[in-house]
Amino acid sequence: MQRTHVNCTVNGDQVDFLATDDTSLLNALRDELGLISVKEGCGTGDCGACTIVVDDKINCACLMFAPEAEGLTITTVEGMALGEQLHPLQQTFLEGAALQCGVCTPGFLVAAKALLDRNPDPTETEIRYALAGNLCRCTGYDKIIRATQEAAVQMQTSKQRGAST
Amino acid sequence: MKYLAPTTVDEALEVLRGDPTSQVFAGATDLIPQIRAGRPEPAVLIDLKRIKRLVGLNHNNAKWVVGAATPTSTITANEAFIAAFPGLTEASGLIGSDQIQNRSSWGGNLCNASPAADSVPALIANNAYVVVASNSGERTVKVADVVVAPGRTSLRADEFVVEFLLDDPPPHSADAYLRLIPRTEMDIAVVGAAAAVTLQGNQIAKARIVLGAVAPTFVRVHEAEAALTGQTINDNTLAAVAQAARCAANPIDDKRGTIEYRRQVAGVLAKRAVILAAQRAQGAS
Repeated sequence: MQRTHVNCTVNGDQVDFLATDDTSLLNALRDELGLISVKEGCGTGDCGACTIVVDDKINCACLMFAPEAEGLTITTVEGMALGEQLHPLQQTFLEGAALQCGVCTPGFLVAAKALLDRNPDPTETEIRYALAGNLCRCTGYDKIIRATQEAAVQMQTSKQRGAST
Repeated sequence: MKYLAPTTVDEALEVLRGDPTSQVFAGATDLIPQIRAGRPEPAVLIDLKRIKRLVGLNHNNAKWVVGAATPTSTITANEAFIAAFPGLTEASGLIGSDQIQNRSSWGGNLCNASPAADSVPALIANNAYVVVASNSGERTVKVADVVVAPGRTSLRADEFVVEFLLDDPPPHSADAYLRLIPRTEMDIAVVGAAAAVTLQGNQIAKARIVLGAVAPTFVRVHEAEAALTGQTINDNTLAAVAQAARCAANPIDDKRGTIEYRRQVAGVLAKRAVILAAQRAQGAS
């Protein structure tokens, strides 16, 4: 089996790893780079538990071959907090109990952040559609939607405050 | 399995010449699940996304050229494209979640050759063509002539789709695509129906109606088109459209729907797609 040397940027750092060509990016991120927030749920792109950002777009890491990452910029949930300070979405998910077992949570956070980055004030319907590629078998989704709405409000407020000072 | 990412069409063709069992891919949203489900791994994977010609949309001289590996999310974010092809935009936007939309492509949706592919009926209704590259040169093929059976295309092993060609719709034209699934998102069509119409006054000058998921391949409903041509949209012509669509459907029984149900829905969706396309065409310049 051919192994390829892959160079890419992950959570702001230049990294490189070796992977056999049929390895999924999901497994490379977990096994070669130790980014175990990236979960394998279905392995077929249905559940979104392995959602990552690739060059500003959300993708399922299970649907990418590891060598495809060459030269690309990847963000996982490990890249979301600013040092010790959680991202507003992480904080509102925590406070709103928008998780139970936690397996789907990294994927939800990455997808929700991608939504708020392009649409800071989404409607509930927009949130539900944007998160339709992420499955949660515990919460019933409602708390996830509320936490995303709350984070959007907080992020808007802090932006306005930042603009007025 | 060996992964290669050529940067030109010729490089990709050279790999295919060396090993015709090589598999080209764009988003791999069908390929990887199929391999996981037991499809034999190809010896060589050819990633087409690094070839510039295969990614992006161009609009020049009333013609659209869309790279076969362009993510559907890129297509459905293009304002001029949305205005010209609202139905094809709807169809393309129905393929999976945001995560999938960032990977899925028309080339993949077509060459995966599922009769339930959402973008294909709308492409056929808009008379789209594909440019196919091979070691003996390029040829242009109607999208309607690509899928020949479930999972099978008319392309040879050493060929792949480079780009899609679409003419700007004529004045007073529009399209629509409707599909039925048991939920609102994230499912495969039980029935899909695309219509593209051109109006002359309040009469239909030209119509193309195409069904998906109701036969081994996509079905152009010529009788429905004939029933509309030169006529206004009224209860009689719409009833003829529905009747023709029901007759043209040749569906299977499966967990998604029975034969009778699919036939019935094919008639309803064909009729509604025509109504929607005609309403849009009335507003179109």
